Amino acid sequence: MTNYLLVDIGSTFTKLTAVSLDKADIIGTAQHPTTVETDVRIGYEKALEILAKRTGITEFKKIYACSSAAGGLKMAAIGLVEELTVEAAKRVCLGAGGRVDLVFSHKITRKEAQRIKNGKTDIVLLAGGTDGGNSEVVLHNARILGEAGLEIPVVYAGNKSCQDEIAAIFKEYRLNGWICDNVMPRLNQLRIESARDVIKNIFLNNIVAAKGIKRIEEEIDGVLLPTPGAVLRAAELLSKGYLHESGLGELVLLDIGGATTDVYSIASGNPKTPNAFQRGLEEPFAKRTVEGDLGMRISAPGIVQSLGEEALERFREEGIDLAKEAELRAKNPGMVPKTDGEKAVDQLLGSLCADIAFSRHVGYMETIYTPLGVMYYQSGKDLTEVNCVIGTGGVLISSENPKGILSKVLARPDKPQELRPTHPEFLLDADYIFSAMGLLSIEHPEIAIRIMKRRIEKI
Amino acid sequence: MKSIVIGVIGADVHAVGNKIIEYTLTKAGYNVVNVGVLSSQEDFINAAIETDAKMILVSSLYGHGEIDCRGMREKCLEAGIGDIILYAGGNLVVGKQDFASVEKRFKEMGFDRVFPPGTTIESVLDIIKADLGE
Repeated sequence: MTNYLLVDIGSTFTKLTAVSLDKADIIGTAQHPTTVETDVRIGYEKALEILAKRTGITEFKKIYACSSAAGGLKMAAIGLVEELTVEAAKRVCLGAGGRVDLVFSHKITRKEAQRIKNGKTDIVLLAGGTDGGNSEVVLHNARILGEAGLEIPVVYAGNKSCQDEIAAIFKEYRLNGWICDNVMPRLNQLRIESARDVIKNIFLNNIVAAKGIKRIEEEIDGVLLPTPGAVLRAAELLSKGYLHESGLGELVLLDIGGATTDVYSIASGNPKTPNAFQRGLEEPFAKRTVEGDLGMRISAPGIVQSLGEEALERFREEGIDLAKEAELRAKNPGMVPKTDGEKAVDQLLGSLCADIAFSRHVGYMETIYTPLGVMYYQSGKDLTEVNCVIGTGGVLISSENPKGILSKVLARPDKPQELRPTHPEFLLDADYIFSAMGLLSIEHPEIAIRIMKRRIEKI
Repeated sequence: MKSIVIGVIGADVHAVGNKIIEYTLTKAGYNVVNVGVLSSQEDFINAAIETDAKMILVSSLYGHGEIDCRGMREKCLEAGIGDIILYAGGNLVVGKQDFASVEKRFKEMGFDRVFPPGTTIESVLDIIKADLGE
């Protein structure tokens, strides 16, 4: 029997998933509150005891972990023009599994550099200029970061032509600087791989250690990825397939958590409508967006803020004071709904997270009237034809009607310009295995996809 | 290698000339940044900022060029590339108007050079070279 143990050190829970490689299946799961404040190993060992009691298994060939504990990976993205290198830099941060708390464009000021320094930023991504393009602004920005005496890693992914000058600035100011390929080498062309890999390496080698998560490596084989990075990897594998195991095709994954709502789309998103022109930056095939203001617990008040007074009034007429309910949940993140009323409010909040987060993720169409007839501008991804919409995260797993929440991403008459899915299948990741399968897929993609296809069920 | 931003402005989808301009300028040794058809003033300007372009060459074939190009120089000034060289060419206005008056209006709008209908890109390569100081 060859067993692997996959560990997800989350901000609230440390979750274990035990996998049998021979059977290509999950043999048990367990979780315990994360103990990153004291010693992350305590929570892990407690969870391990629970798992041993449930399955009787204590021996694992390999143990790998991913982590989003202690706030995950917080990033600042700097670019030149908002719609171009700033957007490209943001997408790289999100694609690497980070969350982007600070975004700056054009020449940054000393004050903005101080905001990065004083904030809890883990890594700065500095972009700007196409290859051979503008170099003045990135050089200025690198100097301002240097003058501010930044101690956190600075990843340079801008104009290739001034890499040497940037390296000299990094040296002059003793910055913890890293240089990689330009995120936008040509206009509207997105190249995320090099910067993403550098960010992941810094996360694993420096940040995991700084947050006390690295201690767990004394007991396991390694922390390999930030959790969202693992999820993205698993979703891409499930979509594309591996060797003889076919994938599910283009898909959307919705992860509604307590603090954030993450949306992943694994789809080309090219225009499907005749006479539609794609505009703006090239879209990544595997795209992730994170909404830090939409969540079931800590971020529940954010949902209320994004609704209008009229919508709130309508809920009040139905007997739900959404503002009060959201406050209650934000103050008590560990709350588990018990009564029918509490369950109904969670269902409603989950539906709102799904709807609003998806609006921000999906592409949209604008109609233009030209002398040659009606044409369309498409911004973002066309997801009308995706095969599946998959749900994960507490609210969906515990909901009596998860399909009711997931179906909020469907095309609808009141948002006609949004390119939402029209006829997808709905699936549910009831065992919360995406991050574990992302970890497993590094060594055994063929087994990871078989487990996902078996465990992620149609609803 | 100097960069030149080209594209077709407004709700105009005439793509053939745009491709010919890209081909010819590339062959002449320029880094051509083509924002394509259906491009707004902002698309041209953003592209010029990121690529550090020295010239923007605006095409318009459908007769609404004058409306589409209004305020472009002011936006360039606002965006910090006020001294960029601006060209416009194609069928810039509706009807058979006297080109001298069209040229005058475009120059007042801040365009450095304006070319009448039927001008080929080959025939103005020398002017482009001279304006770029080559």
